[in-house]
Amino acid sequence: MSVPLLRVEGLTRAFGGLVAVQDLSFEVREGEILGLLGPNGSGKTTALNLVSGALAPDAGRVTLRDRDVTGLAPHRLSRLGIARTFQLVRVLPAMSCAENVLAGIAFGRDAAWGGAAWDRARALLARVGLAGREDHRADTLTYVDQKRLELARALALSPRLLLLDEWLAGLNPTELREGIALIRSLRDEGRTVLMVEHVMDAIRALTDRCVVMNAGRRIAEGPPGAVLAEREVVRAYLGDEDA
Amino acid sequence: MSGTALALALAALLALGTVPLLDDGFWLALAINIAQYAVLATAWALFSGPTRYISLATAAFFGIGAYTVAVLGEALPWPLVLLAAGGIGVLVSLLVGLATLRLSGVYFVVFTFGLAELIRQLVTWFEVNVARSIGRYVFVDITQPQIYWQLLGLFGLLLVIGTWLSRSRLGFALRVIGEDEVVARHAGIDTARVKIALFALSALFLSLTGAVMAPRWTYIDPAIAFNMTTSFQVLIMALLGGAQSLLGPLLGVIPLVLLFEVLGANFPNHFSILLGAAFMLVVYAVPRGIVGLLARARRRAAA
Ligand SMILES: Nc1ncnc2c1ncn2[C@@H]1O[C@H](COP(=O)(O)OP(=O)(O)OP(=O)(O)O)[C@@H](O)[C@H]1O
Ligand SMILES: [Mg+2]
Repeated sequence: MSVPLLRVEGLTRAFGGLVAVQDLSFEVREGEILGLLGPNGSGKTTALNLVSGALAPDAGRVTLRDRDVTGLAPHRLSRLGIARTFQLVRVLPAMSCAENVLAGIAFGRDAAWGGAAWDRARALLARVGLAGREDHRADTLTYVDQKRLELARALALSPRLLLLDEWLAGLNPTELREGIALIRSLRDEGRTVLMVEHVMDAIRALTDRCVVMNAGRRIAEGPPGAVLAEREVVRAYLGDEDA
Repeated sequence: MSGTALALALAALLALGTVPLLDDGFWLALAINIAQYAVLATAWALFSGPTRYISLATAAFFGIGAYTVAVLGEALPWPLVLLAAGGIGVLVSLLVGLATLRLSGVYFVVFTFGLAELIRQLVTWFEVNVARSIGRYVFVDITQPQIYWQLLGLFGLLLVIGTWLSRSRLGFALRVIGEDEVVARHAGIDTARVKIALFALSALFLSLTGAVMAPRWTYIDPAIAFNMTTSFQVLIMALLGGAQSLLGPLLGVIPLVLLFEVLGANFPNHFSILLGAAFMLVVYAVPRGIVGLLARARRRAAA
């Protein structure tokens, strides 16, 4: 089998006495969408933080293609092709939409500056459904548009691996349909995505495989339909009594 | 600033260069005072404006510059003295930057506050125990008009660099950091390096100002050179004017230099209290600075 794009081995991270991620291992293959699931507080965001460099692991290894990138600073990882969005959406509030995207273009992998960069920013805004909003301040956008903007900024880094932390959370049914179509179009152009998600429809519609976490550990892995039916997964989501 | 605005500003500085030819007493002294704070506040805002890291290290770098002149003034030709003053300032800023700029903003404020005091104590200790003196006479052949022209030159240079910065990728990185440092890091920006570079650039100008101003005193000791009031005055001037734009700080410098001049002359014993009161007034009444007020007035006029 070919080398996976991302390999995580034995990843562990504790906050004080609480072990948020424990001995976590999984792979993300080139061109797939991998879902990272689990009940609240199971360590999904922490796992993404360890991959994006926001946090350094206490133990374990992160390999991008065949390069050991464990504990690298986020700006180094961004330049190597790991981009992300945040569970609590983060835009650059007082900057225009175009400048928000430019922030990803100017310093990332395949960086650009000047006229070419502005053209790319415009194209990316159009790509996520924000055409013509170049000059709007980011903090005047609605919640869903801020999420789109954040995605455009992540795409601006020309990522090899895109990390999405509940990017589809909090959308209404129409927005959700559009969001799912948008992520699907990313896969169609060959991007690799690791997405944390709670929305079951989105998980079934988008992911090729899923990894399920509970209390910091991996408890299941496989295609979404099979994984969600597993006894231990049902128990993790519903609590012991119901299983 | 646009190219035309920059050219106009530089032409205005040239015209202002004639002040010493018209008067070499009160007006020149006032012009020197304004020019001094214009350079300090603009250099302060170069770093603290976009990053929103409040630095109280102004007095430290100003003092480093001034003291370098007191020590080396007689030994070296003037341009080399300036070079040494700027060089030492930059070196210290790099050390401070490496030590603190990876930390969050709060730690940075506290550390820079302590820095001036720390350096002052070190210099005092050295003077007392090694040099066996408490202060130094400043022996250099620099006239008041020359001080003034050098300050105007520094200010012009700041405007040129600031204009270049606002169009450069480095300046953009700095603004992104000011907006959200976490996002900046995840967008490929080496935030520590950008902040350290700008902090050093700012420190260069603060130190040079101290050096240029030193010949105004015939005698300096650590307490005069490393005077914390400088840090606070510069901070309040930049905030009053508006630290987010290049000419903003100047708008705060002019009224406050005049105000402090009046207060210093009439209430010398209550100066600190009045400075504190002015500080609070600025923060409460003009949180976005004069630049912010002007922008709002313009928006209202347009509406
Ligand atoms: N910076 C931190 N400091 C201390 N504890 C933390 C920190 N980040 C996360 N935790 C704790 O680690 C555990 C895992 O949190 P994490 O955010 O990774 O969960 P999650 O699976 O993303 O949850 P959710 O679905 O609610 O987003 C939680 O108990 C959380 O309180
Ligand atoms: Mg989470």
